[in-house]
Amino acid sequence: MLNPEMSLDMDGKPAALRDGFGKALLELGEKDPNVWVLTADVSESTRTHWFAEKFPKRFVQVGVAEQNLAGTAAGIAACGKTAIISAFGAFNPGRNFDQIRVSICYNDVKVIIHASHTGITVGPDGASHQMLEDIAMMRALPNMTVFVPADAEEARKATLAAHSIKGPAYIRTGREKFPVFTTEKTPFIPGKANVLRDGSDVAIFACGVEVYQALKAAEMLEKEGIKAAVINVHTIKPLDRETILSYAKKCGLSVSVEEHQVNGGLGSAIAELLAEENCKLFRHGIHNTFAESGEAPELMKKYKLDAQGIYEFVKVKI
Amino acid sequence: MRIKVTSLKQLQLIANTIRQDLVNMLEEAKSGHSAGSIGLADIFTALYFNVIYHDPQNPQWEGRDRFVLSNGHVCPVLYAVLANAGYFPKEELMTLRKLGSRLQGHPHRGTLPGIETSSGPLGQGISQAVGMAIVAKAEKRKWRVYCVMSDGEHQEGQVWEAAMLASKYKLGNLTIIIDRNNIQIDGFTEEIMPLEPFVEKYKSFGWHVLEVDGHNIQKIIEACEESKAIYEKPTVIIAHTIPGKGIPFMEFLTEWHGKSPTKEQAEEARKILIEGRKEIEST
Repeated sequence: MLNPEMSLDMDGKPAALRDGFGKALLELGEKDPNVWVLTADVSESTRTHWFAEKFPKRFVQVGVAEQNLAGTAAGIAACGKTAIISAFGAFNPGRNFDQIRVSICYNDVKVIIHASHTGITVGPDGASHQMLEDIAMMRALPNMTVFVPADAEEARKATLAAHSIKGPAYIRTGREKFPVFTTEKTPFIPGKANVLRDGSDVAIFACGVEVYQALKAAEMLEKEGIKAAVINVHTIKPLDRETILSYAKKCGLSVSVEEHQVNGGLGSAIAELLAEENCKLFRHGIHNTFAESGEAPELMKKYKLDAQGIYEFVKVKI
Repeated sequence: MRIKVTSLKQLQLIANTIRQDLVNMLEEAKSGHSAGSIGLADIFTALYFNVIYHDPQNPQWEGRDRFVLSNGHVCPVLYAVLANAGYFPKEELMTLRKLGSRLQGHPHRGTLPGIETSSGPLGQGISQAVGMAIVAKAEKRKWRVYCVMSDGEHQEGQVWEAAMLASKYKLGNLTIIIDRNNIQIDGFTEEIMPLEPFVEKYKSFGWHVLEVDGHNIQKIIEACEESKAIYEKPTVIIAHTIPGKGIPFMEFLTEWHGKSPTKEQAEEARKILIEGRKEIEST
C-alpha cells in the first residue's frame, strides 16, 4: 500500500499536494469535455494554470473575487458541467462560505472546491493565510463530500474521485512539498479510510500531511514497544464509521491528528462518533489559537504536529 | 418555444390575475414579501408570456432561456407566473411557505419545475447567471440568460464582482432586469445606502444600460428585444417600479416590503384588483 521505494526516514522525492491536484485537472480535462476550471487570481499557485494552458476555453479567471468564483461556478455547473474552483483556503472557502452553502450545496450542483493553501504549513505568510477552520465549515454542509488527501498522489486521486461522485466536494491541500509515500496502486475509495499500519495499543487517526508524520511517530513508538495503528482518514465526510469504530475498540485508546483546529475538524468528527460508543479519544491539532509566520518544518515542530510532537502527545495519553 | 402573447390588453389581464393570485397566496401564507412581488407582476408577465423561450410541459428543455431570480424573496411572483404558464396546478399556489410544499419561502432548485436556481442570500443570482451565459457563449448556444435582481441587493459586493466578469466576457447573451423600487427592509435605498447614480455605475462597468417604466409591459418587452440586439456587451434594464403597484394602500410604503396582508386587507385588495380588471377589459 505504501511506496516500496522509500523508507519513512528518507524524505525522498517530495511533491506539493497541489501538484497532484493540478495533474488530475489535466487528466479530467482530457477525458471529460464538460470539466471547467475557475480561479481567483492564483492560477499558478493553485496549479490551475496547467489546465488553463491546455484548455483555455474551459478556464475562467474571475480576478480577486472568491464570492463570484463560487457563484459563477454554480451557474456553470447548473448547465450540466463539472466546475472546479481553486484558490487559497483562507478565501475559498474562508471568504465564500455563503455562496458555497446556497449557490453550490443547496442547489446541489457539481462544483468541486479546492483549497490550495491550508494549515500552518502555508508557513511564512502567517496566520491570516493559514486556514485552520475549513474542515469544520465544509463538513457541516449538507450534500458536501470532504476530502483531505495525505500526499500529492492521493491529492490526484481525490480530485479524480471528487469528479466521479455525485454532488459537490471539497478538497483540502497545502502549499509545501511533502514526501509522496503512497503509490498509484494505493487504494482510494471515497468514504473508506486506509489502515496504513496495524497496531493494538493506540489508534492514530490522521488526515492530510499529518498522516506521514503519524507513520513516523508510530515507528518511534514501536521502538518503545507501543504498537500504534495508523489510519489515513482521507474522507472526513462521509466518515468511515466502520473502520474507525473497529480500531477504536480494538486499541482502546484513540488519537486524532490534523493540521486544523481541534474543534470542528477530523477530531471532532471522530469524537462525535466515538461518544456514542463510549470509546476514549484525545484530539491533537491546533488548539484554539492562530499560528504565526515561520518555515513549515519550524511551525510543525512548534505546534507539535511533526512526528516528534505526535509521539510526545501519544506518550502522555497512553 | 415561447408563450408569446402579443395583445397588450391580454398581457395586462394576465398581470392582473397574477396580482390577485399574489394577494391570495400571501394572505394564506401569513408571511412573505408583498410589495416587491406585486410590484414585479408586470415585468414577470412580460418575461414569461412574451419574451422568454420556455416550455412549461418540458421545463428541462435544453434550448430554453435560463431565468435566474436573484432576489429570491420575491419568489411568490415567480411561482404565480409559473403556475399561470402551466408548470404546475394553480391550486398549489396556496401552499406557499407551508410544511411539505414545493413552494418554499425562498426558491429551491429541483423542488419545483421551472426553478433554475436556489436563492435567498442577496447578490448570488447574478454570479450564477454570468456562469450560465459564459457556458452559452463558449458553446455557441442560442439560448439567453435573464436575471431579475432587486435594487437593494446591489449593496452586496458580489454583485459588482459579477458585473465586472460579465463585462470582461462581453456577455451579449445576458440581460439583467433590476427592480428599481427604491425600498429595502430598513427603509428607502437612498437613505439606507444610496445606489445612485445607478445608470452611470453600470455604464462605467461596461454594460449597455436601459431604463424603463417597470409597469409598462410594452416598454419592458421592447427593452428586452433591444438587449437581444446588443451583441458586444451585457445589458441591464433598470425598471422603475412602484412597490405594491396596483394596490394603493401598499404603494410606496417600505413597511410592505416584508409583510403579508391580513384577511381584511386582502379583501380590500381583491376588490381594487377586480375593479382594475374591469377597467382593462373596457379599454
